[in-house]
Amino acid sequence: MIEEIGTTEQGDLVVNLGPQHPSTHGVLHLVITISGETIKKVEPHLGYIHRSIEKMCESLSYRQFIYVTSRMDYLSSHINNHGCALCVEKGMQIEVPARAKVIRVLMDELTRLASHQLWWGAMAMDVGALTPFFHAFRERETINEIMEETCGARLTMNYMVPGGVMADLHPNFQKRVKAFISFFRDKINEYDELVTGNVIFRSRMEGVGYLSPESAVAYGCTGPTARGSGVSCDIRKLYPYEVYGQLQFDEVTATGGDCFARYMVRMQEMRQSVSIIEQLIDNIPEGDFQAKTKAVLKLPKGEFYSRVETARGEFGVFIISEGGTTPYRIKFRSPGFSNLSALDHMARGYKIGDLVAIMGTLDLVIPDIDR
Amino acid sequence: MSKEELKARLEELLTSPVFEEGAEWTTVAVDPAGWGGVARQLRSTDGLDFDYLFCVTAVDWKTHFTMVYHLTSTLHRHVLVVKIKLDRERPEVATVSDVWKTAEFHEREAYDLFGVVFTGHPDLRRLFMTDEWKGWPLRKDYEDPVNMIKL
Repeated sequence: MIEEIGTTEQGDLVVNLGPQHPSTHGVLHLVITISGETIKKVEPHLGYIHRSIEKMCESLSYRQFIYVTSRMDYLSSHINNHGCALCVEKGMQIEVPARAKVIRVLMDELTRLASHQLWWGAMAMDVGALTPFFHAFRERETINEIMEETCGARLTMNYMVPGGVMADLHPNFQKRVKAFISFFRDKINEYDELVTGNVIFRSRMEGVGYLSPESAVAYGCTGPTARGSGVSCDIRKLYPYEVYGQLQFDEVTATGGDCFARYMVRMQEMRQSVSIIEQLIDNIPEGDFQAKTKAVLKLPKGEFYSRVETARGEFGVFIISEGGTTPYRIKFRSPGFSNLSALDHMARGYKIGDLVAIMGTLDLVIPDIDR
Repeated sequence: MSKEELKARLEELLTSPVFEEGAEWTTVAVDPAGWGGVARQLRSTDGLDFDYLFCVTAVDWKTHFTMVYHLTSTLHRHVLVVKIKLDRERPEVATVSDVWKTAEFHEREAYDLFGVVFTGHPDLRRLFMTDEWKGWPLRKDYEDPVNMIKL
């Protein structure tokens, strides 16, 4: 058991942050050793919402297990489903129709936008600005409504299935996405005006939570966390899947390695996502939205690994099949888990108030870490 | 580096490596006793530079355990999968958390859920389960009538 408050032999104070603390965005429990206000050690305690999804998947069929994965990184549920669908398709060598590929990428990028919007609002709230949260949620709501029309869900989508997508796009989809994009283009600039240039915000972010490129790689950081340190790791660029290889977009990196660099990477990524959606929204091919597959899927004996880029970084699905209808072993490589492992390294030496800013720029989603 | 070139380099580096055929990535089996040294070589040898460990998986094969390490290089972008067969009664292997920092968390996870002991690990404790938890939940013979979800 961890005492609520205690001291170490050196006289440092040991305090608990969480598991029920608004700035941890869920049930993350950190045990922090501080000397005065300076952080000497941060130790994450996990498992408050560990559901052992990997074990559950071992008794679920290849159609069923995707539903559980929406509950890991619930802000990137489309992309989680996507990674799983890709892995099953790789094992069964299913060719996905062109229409489904484009729909998937559109959904992924809308998800990334929605996720980054929520992060932006929550990030600003973490460092004391409440207004951005309401701005972000207003825009995110529009995306949620678009999703709801097509997928029937707002958070746990379960829309991408092996072979394609579950249902065709809603007739309103193109119209509403276009309306959203033209509206949101200006909004990103408004975000910048509201927060990015703010002196107080900048002083909370600049030079805080430095992560060197070497450490980012050593700790297995991916996504905007690593790209903020200048490490190129975008799976969409390095190992293009679906139609990403044919699209014009930049991998956003920054060299600062501090909280502000990670912040700027995500802000630029929103612009890139908008550009990807613009390229695709008028070019959705006609045809089937799902390949013809058998009712019961059986993966051949073997090992299959798929990698996708979620809003938080590299998400990997590793299926070991014995030839049956359920996976023998499934492993989810979640981006948040590795990113969190760098938190101790990043926070040491900074003030306790900076910890919240550092955690905010890691964009942690706890169910993704606990699984 | 292509798969053949990578294989050739590994044959120079390791003593009689056993490759697995038909996999997406180059897959090599490593003896648990030599793993610590091999890991350091893979990390630091010029031309290989496996600096990024992106996935650590433990698998319970009922007769034995297999540790699967997915490695890649941020410099050359080649991927290597290392497999280590462990005794099921005494699953023990050297830690690689001194080679790749990320392994510290991943190995704690494997210890927590499979009971694989990583010798030399700086902080080998339960990660998700509570400290007083009995048993290793992801093992195939694990039974828990209260918490288990079976369909």
